[in-house]
Amino acid sequence: MQGKLNPSLKKKATTGQYILAVIMLIFVAICTLPFINVIAISLSSKSAILRGAVSLWPVEFSTKAYEAIVRDKSMWHSLFYTIELTAIYTGLSMILTILIAFPLTMKRLKGRKFFTMFIVFTMYFSGGTIPIYLNIKQLGLLDSMWALVLPGLISTFNVIIMKNFFSSLPYELSEAAFIDGANDFQILLRVYLPLSYSSLATLSLFYAVSRWNSFSDALYYITSRNLQPLQLKLYNLIKGAQAIEVTVIEGNANEMASSLSESIESATIIFATVPILLVYPFVQRYFVKGVTMGAVKG
Amino acid sequence: MVKQGLSKVTKRNRGLYWLRRDWRLYAMLAVPILWYVIFCYKPMAGLIIAFQKYNIFAGIKGSKLIGLENFKFVFSMRDFGIALRNTLWLNFLDLIFGFPVPIILAILLNEMRMLRLKKISQTLLYLPHFLSWVIIGGMVLEIFAPTSGAINSTLLKWGLIDTNIPFLTNGAWWTFTYVLVGVWQGMGWGTILYLAAITGLDSTLFEAAQIDGANKLQQIWHVTLPGIRSTIIVLLVMNIGRMMSIGFVRPFIIGNTLVQDTCDVISTFVYRAGIQNNQFARATAIGLFQSVVGLVLITIANAVSRLFDEQGIW
Repeated sequence: MQGKLNPSLKKKATTGQYILAVIMLIFVAICTLPFINVIAISLSSKSAILRGAVSLWPVEFSTKAYEAIVRDKSMWHSLFYTIELTAIYTGLSMILTILIAFPLTMKRLKGRKFFTMFIVFTMYFSGGTIPIYLNIKQLGLLDSMWALVLPGLISTFNVIIMKNFFSSLPYELSEAAFIDGANDFQILLRVYLPLSYSSLATLSLFYAVSRWNSFSDALYYITSRNLQPLQLKLYNLIKGAQAIEVTVIEGNANEMASSLSESIESATIIFATVPILLVYPFVQRYFVKGVTMGAVKG
Repeated sequence: MVKQGLSKVTKRNRGLYWLRRDWRLYAMLAVPILWYVIFCYKPMAGLIIAFQKYNIFAGIKGSKLIGLENFKFVFSMRDFGIALRNTLWLNFLDLIFGFPVPIILAILLNEMRMLRLKKISQTLLYLPHFLSWVIIGGMVLEIFAPTSGAINSTLLKWGLIDTNIPFLTNGAWWTFTYVLVGVWQGMGWGTILYLAAITGLDSTLFEAAQIDGANKLQQIWHVTLPGIRSTIIVLLVMNIGRMMSIGFVRPFIIGNTLVQDTCDVISTFVYRAGIQNNQFARATAIGLFQSVVGLVLITIANAVSRLFDEQGIW
């Protein structure tokens, strides 16, 4: 278009485009180099890591760290446990989110304003870490899988996104179904849900990724080793390594100890990242859509 | 008599006709509302222990009210003052350095005509947002480590420094690392709303500017930026409104005992006092203080942002 206006602009624009491309590549490099570094560390030998010889390429290539992880039964247990946890959490979350978003979409519902206020208020104010912790303790959920499922089951933000989507469906649809004798359950199951597949997929991914990445609730509520999700397991590993590093700096341990676990640590980071990377290409566009959807008021 | 009775019945029925008509909707609401009561509102009621000499065995009912004692105690603690100061300071730095980057990045992305490269760039820039802070923290600890870390070893190799930079073990350097990592994690994802706003701009404005002889930079300055001004202001105000709250995992995982006075923030302080040391009442008092100040700030922020954007955020 610029070319049509002024032919001389076109050449300038392409030079500009190249400059832009270079700047963007720098940003992209900043975003990706840390990953490459960690991959390189995970595939390098201990002595090379210790010397600080590893930057973007494995030095003295070794797959020992991965072998150690693959042989570690607790790592696989933690992986499958986290998958199970995420699946249960996502399923229940979606059911509750739909069950609250649908009635709140119906304008004729008495008390609709009140219920909406009732849930939106929780976005602004909460009991806070300790009262929530004591509540879970009192309910007898501490150190059980349900402590990681129940307390975070509904995200009000996601409810609002779901509600906005339901509201965008033409009201006449439910009216027509009602005249044909459908009740509200049937309208939800046969009219609304089949039209909402993309939103349902988006929200499921929101819930699943947030559960997968959650760490602090596991830190607060879980003590048993076999109930630790992957993030907590990874944290314990990292903290163990860091504790050694701090003692090195304080002069209480030799540096040899600090690099002992570095490649294993890196390999574990990669191990925990791969599941996210596998789904990432599919979830990314839904997430982008979700952000812009959430910004629109309903 | 009979007539009167009948009319009473119909009246009552008329009064509750909505319940008969919509009972299915209320049935759907029941479980989620129950969830909100148990997992959101009940803990709010539990805030009462902030005003109690709370005894875990006696419970809320059996504990004695002591007014503002817990607050007085907490506010006089040295560590609380440090945690509060660090929370505000780190959030402030996050805002100063983290806020402008997505705007610049969004404008750059928007100007790109190499669509394939643009798409790939976006995909890679969004990636850090999808990783947990534990994973990012683990990477940070490795990359910024002394000697073996990639940054220190590279700088040493290039002769730019003689000794390791204590990125994680010196207060000022730790703050630098913390902010840098925050910018790194959030810059790509932060572009989304700006990109959406820029896409929504009227393209004839750009054409008009072009005909008037505006070059690219002038177009950005006079058309793009004013066009997304309300988005910028609303997001800025909302960010300021969240000054009191700070994520737990980022400072917790990057922090260590050597930089305790720099990395301790309210969320980590509450965790240590409450869950690790069982000082439930005092930790709750801190949490309540934080929530109330946060609520006031966010309400003000919402009101201010409404001035710029009719709808507000919610």
